[in-house]
Amino acid sequence: MTLKQGAWVMRACSKWLVGGGVLLACAGSVLAEGNPRDPYEGFNRSMFAVNEVVDKYAAKPVAQVYDHVAPLPVKAGFGNFFGNVGDLWIGANSALQGKFADAGVDVGRLLINSTVGIFGLFDVASELGLEKHEEDFGQTMAVWGVGDGGYLFWPVIGPRTARDTAGWAIDSYVDPVWRVRPISTRNSMVALRFVDIRASLLPADKVVEEAALDKYAYIRDAYLQRRRNQIFDGRPPRLED
Amino acid sequence: MIKQFFAVVFAGSLIASAHAQEAPDALVQQVTEEVLEIVRKDKDIQGGSTQKVIDLVDKKVLPHFNFPHMTALAMGKDWKKATPPQQQALTHEFKTLLVRTYANALTGYKNQKIVYKPFKMNAGETDVLVRTEVLQPGSKPVQLDYSLEKLDGGWKVYDVVVAGISLVTNYRDQFGQEVRNGGVDGLIASISAKNKSLEANLAKAEKK
Repeated sequence: MTLKQGAWVMRACSKWLVGGGVLLACAGSVLAEGNPRDPYEGFNRSMFAVNEVVDKYAAKPVAQVYDHVAPLPVKAGFGNFFGNVGDLWIGANSALQGKFADAGVDVGRLLINSTVGIFGLFDVASELGLEKHEEDFGQTMAVWGVGDGGYLFWPVIGPRTARDTAGWAIDSYVDPVWRVRPISTRNSMVALRFVDIRASLLPADKVVEEAALDKYAYIRDAYLQRRRNQIFDGRPPRLED
Repeated sequence: MIKQFFAVVFAGSLIASAHAQEAPDALVQQVTEEVLEIVRKDKDIQGGSTQKVIDLVDKKVLPHFNFPHMTALAMGKDWKKATPPQQQALTHEFKTLLVRTYANALTGYKNQKIVYKPFKMNAGETDVLVRTEVLQPGSKPVQLDYSLEKLDGGWKVYDVVVAGISLVTNYRDQFGQEVRNGGVDGLIASISAKNKSLEANLAKAEKK
């Protein structure tokens, strides 16, 4: 599969996913296996198996080469660049969640890093004390009271609840990187970002391999805990047990 | 001679009680800095010697952890189904697993900085959360929080939360699954088998 086709598939998926909830609801009633947090476990486990293969033979080796070859300042530069591109949408989501002070910080970060930080290659704003936030449309919908709709595991994009899958589709739709032209440049940027993110997860691979009794369940529960933490901006209320 | 002996014992008990009185945030900071200082100086650990890291963690970190509580937390309702000897076996295996897997993270240490978040605690509180953050060049800061409880022997950690993910409760569904499939003994056997396979890998790696 060429990159161009890959990008098309991702794009097509993002459109399809928004309307895919009904289909999954049907699948879920057939596949229900008891865990209330994972109603589509059968479907998810097969997707997880597919993804493990794709990761092992494609994504991970490329990420390893990138991690090995690119010097730290280059990796940091790419990471900062894509982080900067995302700050506007992060700011929009902060505002949509009513966190206007945060939104101001996000926009301030964008302005400072795009100028003083040379097109976002350097994260000057963080050094000035403007903390980067983690926001996306899935979190915004959660704050608005939309339920998570069940856990899903997708090939390539990995774990997402149904709500966060729709959120991800919207995040991608407004993502400036997807609007870069010519298409070949856009595809290179999308691919680079994917590799950069995958490379940042390499150190976690070993821990998960070693720590998990059941890798699928370990990743699912880690994802759900992490999302809950993000939705509550790092201070989730305690769960009583 | 006898006088010296008593002087040492007395000094020792003073230090021990000082430790017990220490505030939980100060304890976290002191242990973290002490361990990182050793890692910074130790070329074997930086080179990836898992055995040496495990020894270090055993000596410096584990005395501050409450593993029976951690295991109970990881098991949830199933903990009460286990007999005391089973609970002991579970605690032992779970401790081994956690140390094996997360001590390894220390071998990846490369000048990350730890920031200790402001900590406030009401008088008489016995269960607190100490918040820290790991800063590394070129990456987003990672949230690293410790839950501590006050016991007779001082403050003990009973949960570690990385980026919002509790390393302890993340096991709950996996443990529950094992207990449903093979009972408490089945779970003990699974963790034990996992530990043995990790040990075998470790032996192989050290030989190379």
